[in-house]
Amino acid sequence: MTRIMPDQYGRFGKFGGRYVPETLMNALNELEEAYLHYSREESFQEEVRYLLRQYSGRPTSLYHAERLTKHLGGAKIYLKREDLNHTGAHKINNAIGQAVLAKRMGKKKVIAETGAGQHGVATATVAALLGLECKVFMGEEDTRRQALNVFRMKLLGAEVIPVTSGTRTLKDACNETLRYWVSHVHDTYYILGSATGPHPYPMMVRDFQRIIGDETKQQILEQEGRLPDVVIACVGGGSNAAGMFYPFIEDEEVELIGVEAAGKGIDTHEHAATMTKGTEGVFQGSYSYLLQDEYGQVLPAHSISAGLDYPGIGPEHAYLKSIGRAKYVPATDQEALDALQLLSRTEGIIPALESAHAIAYAAKLAPTLPGDRIIVVNLSGRGDKDVAQIMDLLGGDAR
Amino acid sequence: MNRIDEVFASLKERGETALIPFITVGDPDLETSLEIIQQLSDAGADMIELGVPYSDPLADGPVIQRASERALAHQVRITDVIRIARLARERDIELPFILFSYYNPVLQLGLERFMKLLVEHDISGMIIPDLPCEEDGEVKRLAEEHGLHLIPLVAPTSEQRVQKIVSRASGFVYCVSSLGVTGERSQFAESVDSFIGTVREASRVPVCVGFGISNRAQVEKFAALCDGVIVGSAIVRKIEEALPLLRNPETKQQGLLQIRQFVAQLKG
Repeated sequence: MTRIMPDQYGRFGKFGGRYVPETLMNALNELEEAYLHYSREESFQEEVRYLLRQYSGRPTSLYHAERLTKHLGGAKIYLKREDLNHTGAHKINNAIGQAVLAKRMGKKKVIAETGAGQHGVATATVAALLGLECKVFMGEEDTRRQALNVFRMKLLGAEVIPVTSGTRTLKDACNETLRYWVSHVHDTYYILGSATGPHPYPMMVRDFQRIIGDETKQQILEQEGRLPDVVIACVGGGSNAAGMFYPFIEDEEVELIGVEAAGKGIDTHEHAATMTKGTEGVFQGSYSYLLQDEYGQVLPAHSISAGLDYPGIGPEHAYLKSIGRAKYVPATDQEALDALQLLSRTEGIIPALESAHAIAYAAKLAPTLPGDRIIVVNLSGRGDKDVAQIMDLLGGDAR
Repeated sequence: MNRIDEVFASLKERGETALIPFITVGDPDLETSLEIIQQLSDAGADMIELGVPYSDPLADGPVIQRASERALAHQVRITDVIRIARLARERDIELPFILFSYYNPVLQLGLERFMKLLVEHDISGMIIPDLPCEEDGEVKRLAEEHGLHLIPLVAPTSEQRVQKIVSRASGFVYCVSSLGVTGERSQFAESVDSFIGTVREASRVPVCVGFGISNRAQVEKFAALCDGVIVGSAIVRKIEEALPLLRNPETKQQGLLQIRQFVAQLKG
């Protein structure tokens, strides 16, 4: 059943679809056609596989976090080390896939939105690699929070365009990228970074990210001889979780848990807990859950992590929630910050603030489970980009 | 008979084309919007698009984005926008109103309730810029049931989609003049003439052109090619420029007059 999701209208159950201006509809149809065509070609798949292997360093390891497991006392914890990818996060998987597709489609210019800057850096990287002209739209607020990533993108030859509309964060960077695309749709390919937006993006991004779950499945079978009991991933728009969950959807014995950003708490107005506190509606091209008021105005999100600071979520996650196949839980800024320090001290791995949300929930869950249970946490990115921000937050006083 | 159809029928008899101004309702506030609607009517507008301010207007350029932000700063809601149509009728403004809204505010109101409210407030049709024909089934069905027009957009990139969109159009077809978001353009691609020609040929209902049209010369150019011209950002910009006047009770009439004069000269 899950194999045919989404349907030909881009629907995951009632979620998904294509709610965009008419100007973009032909471009989306062309993109869908091109994707379905090329993704079936062995030479396309081989090029993507080659770059993932030789350029990004895949497969990433599935690492048994022994000291963390011991510290928490309970279920055995494995980390899927997406942080070991080139550019430091899972975002490169999708950027490589889409950039190769853009090239096959004969497009020489690519654009992307970015929140924390990871997708922007990944896109700028593959654009440099494949000789594509690259523009990245980033909320002005985020360009300040993630100044190093801005410079990184510039070093890679990309143009970074600060977005000053609306909340000046990821949501408005997405709007601005779509607006730019509407004007330049003839010669420009939009590399969307999350499992969100109009069809075919949620499907395509999931497909390019499913390598995370595919590898994990194979690796855990090799290392443990069985599937894990629980798989945990953080969700903003939901690309790393979509890729991690997808190969496990039909393995009903594997519990799938997405961890969203509760910011300062789900009972405050400052969070990004789209699944816990949001309602159904149309946002940025698809029908899903979003944070909104009763009149359908989108509410600003808040999270300590720029990558989760987004009031929407991909439609496949909305579907998995609606059929009860995955559950979605919140973790606060403070819990994420604590988890980041915990993982740093017990394992010598500084996770990205986004991924720290997944660690935070694993740290809660593990002690409640017996020692023969297995939890896999997707460590979607490394924390280097966040170090300056964390230093400010902790007053330079990490303990 | 729907008011939109009546207006096009009478324009046709007189051999004229429609001028359709757009405003973001609630910019700068609801009371002023009502007075602006009066000015547009007095200046010779044939119909008015009432824009619902939205937090994420992804088809709009900076001018209308700013207008949205100004209206949202004091919580103007879709229901307020609908209500203003009735208030305008009380002032004996008789021209047809078309509600322009992104889909989510409509959806959250509930489609049935939305349609009923439009009928109750004598609004004749709707434009939903992020609802392409693949997704509009339920809205289209309910609009027809309520005697309302769901006005579709066609773009220069629509190509083989034109036929399908135009064949199910009601009210009129909104032809997007050029790629990109709303906002004034200094020039248009030469291909726009043949694009409009194609749409007109395919359409049983009137064809109006919008996006980027900001002065009398451009209105004249497009009026010669189709049945109506929509002017949005240029008017919203005029309102923005008149804000200091509009906000001061002593100069408010002067500000309103400027908007009226601008629209009157567009009408010619």
